[in-house]
Amino acid sequence: MRTNINKRRIVQIEETIAETPTVKTLVFKDSLSYSAKPGQFLMIWIPRIEEIPMSVMINSKEGYAAVTIRKFGFGSTALFERKKGDLIGLRGPYGKKFTIRKNCKKILIIGGGTGLVPLLRLVSYISKKKIKSTIVMGARTKEEVFFEKLTRKIIDETGSLLIVCTDDGSYGIKGSTVSVMSKLVRDDTFDCVYTCGPELMMKGVVELSNQNSLPVQASLERYMKCGIGICGSCCLDSSLVCQDGTVFNEKQLSTMLDFGISYRDKDGRKVNYA
Amino acid sequence: MNFNDKNYKLSVQLDKIHLRNPTMLASGILGISQSIFERLYDENIGAVVTKSISVNPMKGYPNPTIIPLGGGSYLNAVGLSNPGVAAFSKELSENRNIPIMISLVGSSEKEFSKMVKVFDSLKIIGYEINLSCPHVSKMGMELGDDPEAVNKIVRAVRINTNKPISVKVGVGSIDVVELARVAIEAGANIITAINTLRAMSIDIETMMPVLSNLIGGLSGNAIKPIGIRCVYEISKKLQVPVIGCGGVSSWQDVIEYMIAGASAVQIGSILGSSGLKIFTHITKDLKKYVEKKGLRNISELIGIAHKYQ
Repeated sequence: MRTNINKRRIVQIEETIAETPTVKTLVFKDSLSYSAKPGQFLMIWIPRIEEIPMSVMINSKEGYAAVTIRKFGFGSTALFERKKGDLIGLRGPYGKKFTIRKNCKKILIIGGGTGLVPLLRLVSYISKKKIKSTIVMGARTKEEVFFEKLTRKIIDETGSLLIVCTDDGSYGIKGSTVSVMSKLVRDDTFDCVYTCGPELMMKGVVELSNQNSLPVQASLERYMKCGIGICGSCCLDSSLVCQDGTVFNEKQLSTMLDFGISYRDKDGRKVNYA
Repeated sequence: MNFNDKNYKLSVQLDKIHLRNPTMLASGILGISQSIFERLYDENIGAVVTKSISVNPMKGYPNPTIIPLGGGSYLNAVGLSNPGVAAFSKELSENRNIPIMISLVGSSEKEFSKMVKVFDSLKIIGYEINLSCPHVSKMGMELGDDPEAVNKIVRAVRINTNKPISVKVGVGSIDVVELARVAIEAGANIITAINTLRAMSIDIETMMPVLSNLIGGLSGNAIKPIGIRCVYEISKKLQVPVIGCGGVSSWQDVIEYMIAGASAVQIGSILGSSGLKIFTHITKDLKKYVEKKGLRNISELIGIAHKYQ
C-alpha cells in the first residue's frame, strides 16, 4: 500500500544542533523524510503555535532527517525554540525535486544561508553518482557561515570543490555568491547550475546562468497554508510553488514576471522585495 | 445556442450567465490571482469564483489552517484571508475573457454595498455572497443564520448591481430551503449550496486540537451526500438555478449534482490531490457521458430526480 504523505506523523526531536546563534538544526526519525528528494519540503506542525513549510535537511543516521531553521518570524522562532524531547508534527514531503540530466558530469551549486538545506541533499545524492560539483556557500559574515564542515565531509574524496564567501570578507573569499559565480563560469565549464537562498541572490544566479546559456534550477520559497495546492497562498504568476515547485527550471523561471520582484503576504497582497 | 453543435454539449445557463460547461472553481480555493484564473481557464474550467473578499485585507488565522483528513476529506479554518477590495480590484482589472464571479464577505450591508460599488465596473459575471462560512465570527454563517440580516445584505447588493447574484448557503441552525427562499425574495438570482460544515480534529499523540481556530469547516467526500440533498430540496421547492458544491471529485459527482437539480457545480478540495488538470479531465468525461446517454445538451439532466416521489 502506498504510504499517505498527508497523514500527520508526530515525531520527537532527538537532537538539536546550534549552527549559529540564530540557526538551529532539529533531528528526528521519519522514514518518509529520510527518503525525501532534494528540493522537497515538509509541513512542520508546532503544536498549538504554527505550521510552516521547511526544506528537508539530511542526517547521517539511516531513517533520520532534520530541519534547519533560521529564527525569523513567529513560526520559525517557535520552531527554533523547540528542545530535545519536544514533539512536532510532519506531513509531506511535498513538491518537485531538483533533476539531473543524463550525461551530466559537472555541476555548479550556489547556496545562501538556510538555502543550503535542499542543496546539501542534492550534493549528498550526487556524491554517489560520480558527478563532480563546485559548491559556492555564501554568508554575510564569518559568524553566519554554517554547514561548512558537514559539506566537506560529504564531498571528501569525490573531487568536488567547496568555496566559501562572505560579503564582508571576514571569512573565505570576499564578495557575493554571484560575483564568485561569474568568475567560475568564465574559467570553467558546467552542465547545470542549482541554486537556493535569498530570492534576489537566486535572481542574480539565474540571470548569470542565462547569459552563459547554462541550464539552471532554483528552489523557491513562498508563504504557504496547505502545501498541497488548495489555498493558493504560494502562487507565483500562474505557478503554485508548493505543487509546481519548489524547484523550477530556466524555462519556467523566464515566464515568472514576479520572480525576484514580489511575493504575496498572508492576506494575498503583493509585496515588493526591497 | 445550437444544441446540435458538439461544442455546445456541455454549455449551461445560470440566470443571465452562459457557461461553456458546468464546472466552476469553488470559493476559497486558489482564488486570489488573475494568472491562476487564466491557467484554470486554459484547463477548460467553466467559471471561477474568487476567494471571499472583504472591505479591508484579512490575514486569516495562523496555521494550521488546512488539514487533509484522508479519504478525500479536508478540514479548514483559513479565517477568510484575502487581499481586500482595493488590491483585488486591481488584480482583476486586466481581466478580459475569464468568467469570474466575485465572492463577497462582510459583517454589514454597508460593507457589501461599498464592495459592489467598486467591483461592478470590472469585467465579471456576477457575485456570490458568502453567508455560510462556519468559522469566523460576525461574518458568514452568523449572518446566514439570521433571515433579517440575509434579507438586508442581499437587498444592499441588489440595489448596487444588475449582475446576477448567487447566495451561498450552508447547513446552519435554520433550514437551508428557508434561507434560500429569503435570499431569492430579497433579489438573489441563484443559490450556491453548500458551504463546509462545522467540524473539528484532535491529535491524540499531543492531545491537542489541530486547527489554530480549534473549529473549522469540513469539505470533500464526507459532505457530498449532504450537498446533494440540499441541492435537491432547494431546486425542487424554489425552482431557482442552483450551483451545487461539496465533495465533487469526479465527473460522476458533477452528473449526480445535476440530476439532483444543480445547473452548475463547484469543485474545490479535490485539487489537493488532483491538481488543476482535474477540470480538463472532468469536462472530457462529461462530454462522453452526454454522448453515451444521447443527450443534446448536459442541461437536460438538471433536476431529473425531482420527478420521483
